[in-house]
Amino acid sequence: MDVAQLKRQLIAFTELLYREGFLDEQFNQLQQLQDENNPNFVAEVVTLFFEDAERILNELANNLDQQSVDFKKVDAHVHQLKGSSSSIGAQRIQRVCIIFRTVCNEKNVEGCLKCLQQLKHEYALMKSKLETLFNLEQQILAAGGPPSI
Amino acid sequence: MNLARVLVFSLKVGRLIWIICWWLVSMISMNWFLSGGIMDLRTSFLSGKMPLNWWEMVLGKISLIHHGYNQFIGSKRVSKTWWKKLLYTWVVGTGIVSMWVFFYMSSQAAEKRKEMLVSMCDERARMLQDQFNVSLNHVQAISILISTFHHGKIPSAIDQRTFARYAERTAFERPLTSGVAYAVRVLHSEREQFEKHQGWTIKRMDILEQKPVHKDDYEPEALEPSPVQEEYAPVIFAQDTVSHVISLDLLSGKEDRDNVLRARASGKGVLTAPFRLIKTNRLGVILTFAVYKMDLPSNATPNERIQATAGYIGGIFHIQSLVEKLLQQLATKQTIDVTVLDTTNQSYPISMYDSSSNTSDNDLSYVSMLNFGDPLRKHEMHCRFKEKAPWPLLEMATSTGILVIALLLGHIFHATMIRIAKVEDDCRKMMELKKRAEAADVAKSQFLATVSHEIRTPMNGVLGMLQMLMDTDLDVTQQDYVRTAQESGKALVSLINEVLDQAKIESGKLELEAVQFDLRATLDDVLSLFSGKSQEKGVELGVYVSDRVPKILIGDPGRFRQIITNLMGNSIKFTDRGHVFVTVYLIEEVMDSIDVETESSPQNTLSGFLVPKRRLSWSKFRSFSQEVPICPSVSSISDPINLIVSVEDTGEGIPLEAQSRIFTPFVQVGPSISRTHGGTGIGLSISKYLVGLMNGEIGFVSIPQVGSTFTFTAVFNNGHSNLGEFGGPQINTQSILSTSEFHGMTALLVDPRPVRAKLSRYHVQRLGICVEVVPDLTYGSWSVLNCGMVKIDMILMEEELWDDSSSSLPIFLNHLRDNDPGAAPKLFLLTNSVSSSRTSNGTTTAIPSKPAVITKPLRASMIATSLRRVMGFRNRTDLRNGETSRLALRNLLQGRKILVVDDNDVNLKVAAGALKKYGADVVCENSGSKAISLLKPPHQFDACFMDIQMPVIDGFEATKRIREAERSFSGEYGRGNGSQDGKAVNCHVPILAMTADVIQATHEECIQCGMDGYVSKPFEAEQLYREVSRFFASQTN
Repeated sequence: MDVAQLKRQLIAFTELLYREGFLDEQFNQLQQLQDENNPNFVAEVVTLFFEDAERILNELANNLDQQSVDFKKVDAHVHQLKGSSSSIGAQRIQRVCIIFRTVCNEKNVEGCLKCLQQLKHEYALMKSKLETLFNLEQQILAAGGPPSI
Repeated sequence: MNLARVLVFSLKVGRLIWIICWWLVSMISMNWFLSGGIMDLRTSFLSGKMPLNWWEMVLGKISLIHHGYNQFIGSKRVSKTWWKKLLYTWVVGTGIVSMWVFFYMSSQAAEKRKEMLVSMCDERARMLQDQFNVSLNHVQAISILISTFHHGKIPSAIDQRTFARYAERTAFERPLTSGVAYAVRVLHSEREQFEKHQGWTIKRMDILEQKPVHKDDYEPEALEPSPVQEEYAPVIFAQDTVSHVISLDLLSGKEDRDNVLRARASGKGVLTAPFRLIKTNRLGVILTFAVYKMDLPSNATPNERIQATAGYIGGIFHIQSLVEKLLQQLATKQTIDVTVLDTTNQSYPISMYDSSSNTSDNDLSYVSMLNFGDPLRKHEMHCRFKEKAPWPLLEMATSTGILVIALLLGHIFHATMIRIAKVEDDCRKMMELKKRAEAADVAKSQFLATVSHEIRTPMNGVLGMLQMLMDTDLDVTQQDYVRTAQESGKALVSLINEVLDQAKIESGKLELEAVQFDLRATLDDVLSLFSGKSQEKGVELGVYVSDRVPKILIGDPGRFRQIITNLMGNSIKFTDRGHVFVTVYLIEEVMDSIDVETESSPQNTLSGFLVPKRRLSWSKFRSFSQEVPICPSVSSISDPINLIVSVEDTGEGIPLEAQSRIFTPFVQVGPSISRTHGGTGIGLSISKYLVGLMNGEIGFVSIPQVGSTFTFTAVFNNGHSNLGEFGGPQINTQSILSTSEFHGMTALLVDPRPVRAKLSRYHVQRLGICVEVVPDLTYGSWSVLNCGMVKIDMILMEEELWDDSSSSLPIFLNHLRDNDPGAAPKLFLLTNSVSSSRTSNGTTTAIPSKPAVITKPLRASMIATSLRRVMGFRNRTDLRNGETSRLALRNLLQGRKILVVDDNDVNLKVAAGALKKYGADVVCENSGSKAISLLKPPHQFDACFMDIQMPVIDGFEATKRIREAERSFSGEYGRGNGSQDGKAVNCHVPILAMTADVIQATHEECIQCGMDGYVSKPFEAEQLYREVSRFFASQTN
């Protein structure tokens, strides 16, 4: 595939991500922060986010597994995840986090577990989408296109 | 008369009670308003030493009521039972009082009655006794007569006829006797002689007494002669009324015998017990006196008296008829019953007279003792009222009256209490409802705020996407669609912002900033916003700011801009021809001079169209009508600048009937307006509120089909008076304008309309260019200037002159060319419409062809750009608007050492990335404690961005500790090293809060903890710049 086609594909895919609400304006801003001084900025941040999110999800699963759930801890974790997700513009995860926090404030274990499930699902989706996005970008780079959109 | 007096008395008493009650009630009600008053009253009474327990009681009661009222507020039930008890006590008390009054009055009446009875009875008894005594005396006198003339003379001087006649004629002297008789003492030895002498035999009486005969059957001859006795007492003389007793032997009658024996033994008059008289058979009493043969000494023994006895005189008393006769003489005999009793035998009293017809059980009776001169006999007179005591109607009426009055008072009191309770209850209900309504209102505002906020977020997504879409490869049609969509989206966002503002206003959350800003630049911005629209419509747009308005003001530029935008937007919306003209003056200026508003003639307005008198729009302002200091309420403003801003248009105006409600939210002039022009109709209400926040007033004048003028006042602070407090050059646009490249140049402005000339001159002068104004191009007017020393660098000319006054134009142009071809002044046309001049805009043409054109609305920056282009200056500041802040930010942050603290690594990385992009040297930390350890004075960091919500030590806490450390540091070293610049500055590191929740984390909270401001997370270039520039800019200076 030539660069132009790849580029069009990338644009279409990005648009899709925006339209389906996976990403918001913040991701756009993030991309703008990437320049020649900082060529892999977006990828770095997103990787960081993935690591962070996976850790938090594990922690959450552990916490909710216990007999007596420490809701304060859960809330802190969810808050963290919410902050990270809003920073990269993963707004669907952010929204689930908001719901999670309200459920957590009600001390509703069932609801928390459900939210965690949803969070995991959203996270997996997000991860696959972003990976696709980065793959496309890599391909463009490999094909000799400009470094970013 | 008695009744009337009592009635009057009771009325007086009732009135008194009434007055007291009213006083009481009024005191109670007064007491509720003046709770302290009663204490004063009490002390005054006490100090007056009024020994009135009653007062004390009343006052005590009032204070009790007051106490009860206080409790009322606390618990209603307590007071309810309390005043019910009071009411019951009152009713029972007054019932008792009325009963007492009743009994008291009736006892008084009974007493009086008794007294009356006593007096009447005594009167009768005394009369009876007197009469009796009189009779007694006379009977005694007759006895003396008998002894003198019958026994003293021999032969006797008295015979039966004489005696009878005498007795008859002196009967009036003995009112109580029905007759008198004389019996002589005859011993048995003398009987025969006596009978012979008299011609009749002595007859016995006892048989008559045993079987009394009827009066008519009485025959003296049929009587039996007396049996043989030791002595006899036959009656020899008798009054005619009792002549039937002649020859009867008194000693044979049981009663008479006792009488006779007692009389002669005592020598005094004696009385028989009442008995049936012979022949008349009526009840009577016989009084007997003994007649002695000689005068006896008063101390003679009974035996001597018996021996000396010659005869016996007897007076017959018909008690019944006599008493009746006596009593008839008294007028009020009917009212009482009189009974006369002989009570010699106590156990068996004999009734002598009884006038009572029936034995009434009237218990009220009185007994008077009678003394008839016989010590052996006792008589009593019993009196009682014939009729029972009358019903005590008066007493009943009085007490009932009192009771009724008291009950009425009770009812009034009861009704009052109920009324008060009801009012209180209603009041409480109202309060509750009010609270609920307010809560609902707040909820509504909250809802509005939330919803608008929620709508804004997805709208940003839409707009962002559209923006991105525009960057992609689109054909012309697609681009047009996208642009339209984006315009609509922007309109929607601005609408939402308005609604959000309205909600904020309603919930009272809207607060004004106080930052430095350049009023002229702000107005220029607004002007540029509307320039497209005005050019499209062919409406002339102008802004004029008086020279006396300071360059830098302190206030809320955003909100000021909002008001201006609103008013100008409305004006442009409704104006299809003519002009929209914004003027800014100081209030003092307007008040001092009249010439600023002498634009009544059409020639004197900006576009030549008629406008309403501007003065009318502020005629209702308080600050004008009163000669008070213009902003007495704003004490915090040290150097107030009172601006008056007018937005004048020549649009269709506001219909008269709609003028009263245009400041009401969501109300538009008519339903068709929103269809034709759009909008929600809350702009003006928001503007009005904002003006209010700026301590100003807003008003307008509008004439349909002529135009409207909106005028508002606002109070700002002078920006130059306290530069130290607020940061330095916040306004970067200022630096663009105040370029000195045009300084010292002179321009000739050709404009026939003074107002427009003034406007143009104002804008050109802002660039530092001297402006000379001439009305037209006739030689005389400009040559005067030209011949002088002044070198004219440019000529600014209204477009209409270029078209119309062609007669003088060529001459003028020729002159220009001839004068000095090398340094000929550049000619500019000031034009309103875009289309006619766009093609030639910006091209430096030769003078005979079309000159350079400056498109209105005039702005300093616009003029500067055009001038530069034509005059060949380098266009240094050709920057896109959005880029300015970014560039400025880059300038500010370049090389700064900044610490970013966030527990979230992703956030940390993004923030750091953003700051690095602007050239900052960023150090990242992920906990509050590390931040504290790094931020120890003297600081090596220029600034710190800190997340608020962090585990262990949050942003607020960390900031507090850092500030403490700074304080102690400056305490230690600040004194000694204060003079050295570097250290003194480093004592305070700017800390900015980073928060995702801009609404929650209020500015105040941040300031309280010692933070310098806050930025929203993720960063926005504009906001970041605004915050950062506050302290970095001042440092660079």
